[in-house]
Amino acid sequence: MSEAARIKLSNKTLGAFGEQTVVDYLLGRHILIVDRNWRIREGEVDIIAQHLSGRYAFVEVKTRRSLAFGHPFEAISREKAYRLQRLSLAWLAINHAFGEPFTIDCAAVLISPTGQANVEYREAVL
Amino acid sequence: MLGQCLGIALLGLDGQLVSVEVDIADGLPGYTLLGLPDTALTESKDRVRSALVNSGEIWPNKKVTVSLSPAWLPKSGSGFDLPIAIALLSAHGGIPEGRLNKTLFIGELSLDGRVQGVRGVLPSLIAAYKCGITVAVVPLANRLEAELMTEMKIISVGHLREVLMWLRTGESLRNENLECEYAPEDEGFDFSDVAGQPHARLAAEVSAVGGHHLLLIGPPGAGKTMIAQRLPGILPRLSRAEVLEVSAVHSLSRSHNNRSPLSSVAPFVAPHHTATRVAMVGGGSSTIRPGACSLAHRGVLFIDEAPECGAGVLDALRQPLEAGSISIARSIGSVSYPAQFILILAANPCPCGKFSGRGRGCTCSSLQVRRYLGKLSGPLMDRIDLRVEVEPLSRLELVKSEYGDSSATIAERVSKARSVAAHRFNHEPWSLNAQIPSRALQKKYVCEKSAISFLHTELDAERLTGRGLHKVMRIAWSLADLALHPIPTLGDIRTALRLREGSTL
Repeated sequence: MSEAARIKLSNKTLGAFGEQTVVDYLLGRHILIVDRNWRIREGEVDIIAQHLSGRYAFVEVKTRRSLAFGHPFEAISREKAYRLQRLSLAWLAINHAFGEPFTIDCAAVLISPTGQANVEYREAVL
Repeated sequence: MLGQCLGIALLGLDGQLVSVEVDIADGLPGYTLLGLPDTALTESKDRVRSALVNSGEIWPNKKVTVSLSPAWLPKSGSGFDLPIAIALLSAHGGIPEGRLNKTLFIGELSLDGRVQGVRGVLPSLIAAYKCGITVAVVPLANRLEAELMTEMKIISVGHLREVLMWLRTGESLRNENLECEYAPEDEGFDFSDVAGQPHARLAAEVSAVGGHHLLLIGPPGAGKTMIAQRLPGILPRLSRAEVLEVSAVHSLSRSHNNRSPLSSVAPFVAPHHTATRVAMVGGGSSTIRPGACSLAHRGVLFIDEAPECGAGVLDALRQPLEAGSISIARSIGSVSYPAQFILILAANPCPCGKFSGRGRGCTCSSLQVRRYLGKLSGPLMDRIDLRVEVEPLSRLELVKSEYGDSSATIAERVSKARSVAAHRFNHEPWSLNAQIPSRALQKKYVCEKSAISFLHTELDAERLTGRGLHKVMRIAWSLADLALHPIPTLGDIRTALRLREGSTL
């Protein structure tokens, strides 16, 4: 995706690009994608995935083009992570999956100036 | 990923080794510090992080948990920055473990990675050595006091990079030529500067020989402060063990005294008369600091304008005067500091200061005069052996070019006299004449016959009390040591009486 480097993407497109990168990353590890950009009034879950074991993963994706503003993970505050947890419970309830095992995961996508996307994935951050 | 290294927590002069453990786990970036840290220690997070990054090391963007064990012990101060940084690096594998196990780390980090000096390095090292630690990394600023501990291998560092280089390669930078930031030992106070005052000079000399406390009474400008300031110069030099004791206490003190930790001159501490009780004997709620009387340990505590001291401040000294140490209890624990000092009080004879000699020009009422010195409480005065009046100088004495003996000459006499006393008290629990118990004065350490009968006539004439009798005898022993008399003679007793009767108290 070298155009990502050349063309100045808007933050929105950059985020979408990062999320797509993580989706590819998960699919490459045989993890199913259940839902994307699920949104209710309280907020949004970037990716909802399900492992072959049945365990759900609610993924927050942070995309950055440089480390000038700190590591992407540092942008996820504890508060944000707890909000993600509340959203997960809401999703599970709505989709009749309440009580199923699940984790809150975080993914950091770092796009180098050459357009190389590097994914760092952390499971069960809470 | 786990890392571990050693720090130390101080309470007073006692220290306890603290195991600094760092765990780096996956999860959101965060930092948790466990083990009852105080505010300065809680702030270490941001210092450690910046120091690591600015020294070219990696800060793990992971969940960092730091535990200071034992967890129940309250820890304070910034000296834990360095061990936390080292344990952190060791946790993510930046340091070979070989040198970590038996090494103590002390130091505060600045944001650029420099290692800053902290208080209490010497007592920390002494405590660590007792726990079997033989290698310590200390800030360069504390190098002088650290190197008093010759039993230990001391690595003094100015920057975090130097610590890491030593841990990784075993090489340490030796900054041999450390500039001396302390005032020269000889501050230029010499007894030959003191004009006249034969009485007060003798009293100071006797005080140095026997460890007697001293009260100087005289009008302003007569030389009370001059004499007091010169007392450390005639006291014997401190032995190595004493230097360790003194420097350990001074290392804890917040005040920026310019006393070199290596100095073997007896300390001289002169708190202002507005000092509070806590300033005088030590205290504080979060950390218990030594007060003026502990800083004067093995030296001289000089209180000018003693009757102006706040209520109870001087009387707080009674217990350390008796015990030679002070224990201070606060909610966080109880701490004992040494406090063996020679107390010198200086006072004007009355509020206006002119009631001496014939009392010419004094504007105070007789009641004021009586009350003024009455502020020095009876129990305190009871502990002060020597009371001398310092007369204003006559013109003749001032213009005289030949003054008395120099400090060096007096110091030689004092040290000779002290060795005589030390030889005599070889098998006794005390070492100074001022410490001879009354019972021993009655039985073992008696004066010449003629001297005893002279004392008896004084007693009969009610010019001397029972308590005063023993004090006179103690002073007489110091005088006898100075004159190399085997036991105090009649002359010694007469002089001793004069050194005691200086005031009407």
